[in-house]
Amino acid sequence: MKDLAEAALNAAQMKGASYADVRLDERVQQDVTVKNGQLAAVSDDASEGLGVRVLVDGAWGFAGSARLDIDEVHEVVDRAIRIARASARARSTPVDLGPPVTSRGQYKTPVQRDPFSVPLTEKVELLLRADQAMASAKGVSIREGSMEFIKQKKIFASTEGAYTEQELYESGAGIEATATSPDDVQNRSYPNSFGRHQGAGGYEYITAMQLDRHGERIGQEAVALLTAPQCPSGVKTLILDASQTALQIHESCGHPTELDRVFGMEAAYAGTSFMTPEKLNLLRYGSPRVTITADALTPTGLGTFGWDDEGVPAQRSYLIKEGLFVGYLTSRETASVLGQQSNGTMRADGWNRIPLIRMTNVSLQPGDSSLEQMIAETKDGVYMETNRSWSIDDKRLNFQFGTQLAYEILNGKRGRMLKNATYAGITPEFWNSCDAVAGQAEWRVWGLANCGKGQPPQVAHVAHGAAPARFQNVKVGILK
Amino acid sequence: MKSMEASRLTDQAELKRFVDRLLEASPAQQTEVLVTEWDSALTRFANNGIHQNVAERDVSVRVRVVKDGKTGVASINQLNETAAQDVLRRAIAIADLQPKGELVPMPGPAKSQPVEAWSDATASATPEERADFVEAICAKAGRAGLKAFGAFSTGAEQLAIANSLGVFHHHRSTEATINTVVMGEAGSGYADRSAIDVRELDKDDLASEVIDKAQRNQNAQPVEPGDYEVVLEEYAVAEMLEFLSFIGFGALAAQEERSFMRLGERITGENIDIWDDGLDPSGAPMSFDFEGVPKQKVQLINHGVASGLVYDMQTAQRAGRQSTGHGLPAPNTDGPFAVNLFMAPGSTPKPELTTDIKRGIWVTRFWYVRVVQPKASIITGMTREGTFLIENGKITRPVKDLRFTQSILEALNSTLAISQSTKLQISEYLGASRVPALRLKAFTFTS
Repeated sequence: MKDLAEAALNAAQMKGASYADVRLDERVQQDVTVKNGQLAAVSDDASEGLGVRVLVDGAWGFAGSARLDIDEVHEVVDRAIRIARASARARSTPVDLGPPVTSRGQYKTPVQRDPFSVPLTEKVELLLRADQAMASAKGVSIREGSMEFIKQKKIFASTEGAYTEQELYESGAGIEATATSPDDVQNRSYPNSFGRHQGAGGYEYITAMQLDRHGERIGQEAVALLTAPQCPSGVKTLILDASQTALQIHESCGHPTELDRVFGMEAAYAGTSFMTPEKLNLLRYGSPRVTITADALTPTGLGTFGWDDEGVPAQRSYLIKEGLFVGYLTSRETASVLGQQSNGTMRADGWNRIPLIRMTNVSLQPGDSSLEQMIAETKDGVYMETNRSWSIDDKRLNFQFGTQLAYEILNGKRGRMLKNATYAGITPEFWNSCDAVAGQAEWRVWGLANCGKGQPPQVAHVAHGAAPARFQNVKVGILK
Repeated sequence: MKSMEASRLTDQAELKRFVDRLLEASPAQQTEVLVTEWDSALTRFANNGIHQNVAERDVSVRVRVVKDGKTGVASINQLNETAAQDVLRRAIAIADLQPKGELVPMPGPAKSQPVEAWSDATASATPEERADFVEAICAKAGRAGLKAFGAFSTGAEQLAIANSLGVFHHHRSTEATINTVVMGEAGSGYADRSAIDVRELDKDDLASEVIDKAQRNQNAQPVEPGDYEVVLEEYAVAEMLEFLSFIGFGALAAQEERSFMRLGERITGENIDIWDDGLDPSGAPMSFDFEGVPKQKVQLINHGVASGLVYDMQTAQRAGRQSTGHGLPAPNTDGPFAVNLFMAPGSTPKPELTTDIKRGIWVTRFWYVRVVQPKASIITGMTREGTFLIENGKITRPVKDLRFTQSILEALNSTLAISQSTKLQISEYLGASRVPALRLKAFTFTS
């Protein structure tokens, strides 16, 4: 593999590249799904290949291929060079990568139990136990549980002398109960929605979830939601559970601080950002309780690694400091435009894609409250838990989220269960209304394995540390 | 392996030999091999210049085996004998290790109607041709004092599916798609085009549409949220249709009582007809599905009445009927999908859809649409890149983008007019739709 990488870099330089990097990726993935008491699907997928990125005349070219032989490497390099020359015909300003990056070393995700060494029967049995627990709640019509395991070996090498090897592991699992009536469908899932809760780690990450202990509860909640009253509309105090707070961070802070979006590089697809450079160090993004960091060193985070896909070391930086907008997620190319150095967020979702700025672990720092205390202090509010739907505009300002479960809060006490709860707002107004964040005891890292961006489309696995948080004067329950 | 010259896809006869050898080598009672191979390129531009420019060549060999009543699925992205042995071994190992589950039957051989979806011009498109196309759009935008952003992709793909019951189908296709956003100081416009043959993409026509839209969409002012009569352009209609398919046209959603489809009942206005047809060359045709079943045309909504669902092998077995050819690759727990959607055109020229509208909203496209309540077909999302106020039958001024929260079926229940022209929209996920623009009596904007 190392020989192929060196051959690619040599060929690229010989053919006129002022800079080149090569990534060799080998990825295996196992997925297991149990549905309604039966094993519904098991698959074992493998993919490998290499991608070569070159700069010629200040313009980018990239080509990738699944074939890993020396003839194909030369074809891939030729193709990347030809593409770069075509780019140069219609580029605006030449790419400046800033200072060279010369990282060298090896990194491996800390794993206590290699998920690929765990027998399939053990995985299936755990999912079946959780399935049975959901089935014990009368009225559940669909039960589903799944696991996913990924192992990725990555080599990165560049003409600047960088050479890194990484072995990254992910493990994820989740269960979901669905209850239906002639005119309604309600879901409850655990620990998170949309399939799974996923983290960087081994099978220990799965066992810690105790899926089988939560099946009955979510089953009962799904059934109860069918007859629960609709979430009322109004302007109220809103308390979010940690997982919904995590998604709120993702959509309204993570994406708008991606510097490629700010510069219009994603304008035709994912959109742009309201957090433009003239607002840096001036915009009061949130209340003083809001501090948000990007930290690729967070244990179990899906955005945790040794180096990004430009060879920049994993690091921690502030995006929001006590409410003030202070930083971006950057790449070498975009950081140099602002006279900065990359903070290491470039990742590709495989050998066949170029790296893009992606969230690492973008986290709201814990506060000094607790969920119990926040509820006790609230006179008229709604508590919402586990995401059901999410939507936000292309500048990341106007959002609407819905959750699976909600409870009314009246005079400091949790009241009736509510269904179809939604809330909406404008990003800075919303975060400026944050008046409490729960402390470290309720802070947890939430994996999000479905973050889409780029053309051709890429899916990134990112994470968010979050705790329950409270917001004042929020528009809730807008459904007619 | 020997490659086709233009697109560097493996020669069809050689691909068949590879698949046959894999089937022969399998010790399982039943074996299925699905090979997808693609060679694609995409040129991306921003601020009137190319900023990303990529190409890839990849393959997926997916093997499903049934052994002793148990199923195993494995895939690999290499087309050689070592890879074939490896993927087969892994699929068998999964089958051997697992308890018995519900068996998804494999289909027997059936003739599929060939459809043409290939263009040599698209398969052999060069980076220089893409750059020239993009440069022309950027230059026009630049001359208008605007900036262009977007992506131009060309690609070739082939798909082969075979099983040990005698099925073998092969299909090859090409696709060229350009999407572009053009921005001014205070607003933007959007346009896209897709075709099997890249030569059908007219850069002047595209540039005119998007630049005109951007120029008209400057300095938008807010309007009060509420219920408005609307005209939805084809971009928005296609997204709405795709969401209907996602939440309710598949038999699994109906069997699990999650679907809004109440067969035999009227669920939209009588002027709405929606069907799926994988054989219609005006869509993105493909003659068989990912289980190797020939595609059938399925009428989904007939004059407003819910009239049919799409089936794969599993849901068909449960319902005691035949698959309609809408299966996805194994293992699939999401059920069948309608991916070749059509909505019937009407008789109104598109520019006349605003006629008689006293006060309404013109919507170019939607953004970030998500399902809020599946059974009521309620979705939410934003408008984007071209939202205008209609007053007394004319578009009068741009308005700030709005959030909508709306039942799709309720909206279609009050369809006042349908454009006589239709447009092909390639899905971001899977498949394509050919749809008209619509005038709807009521659409709810919530913020």
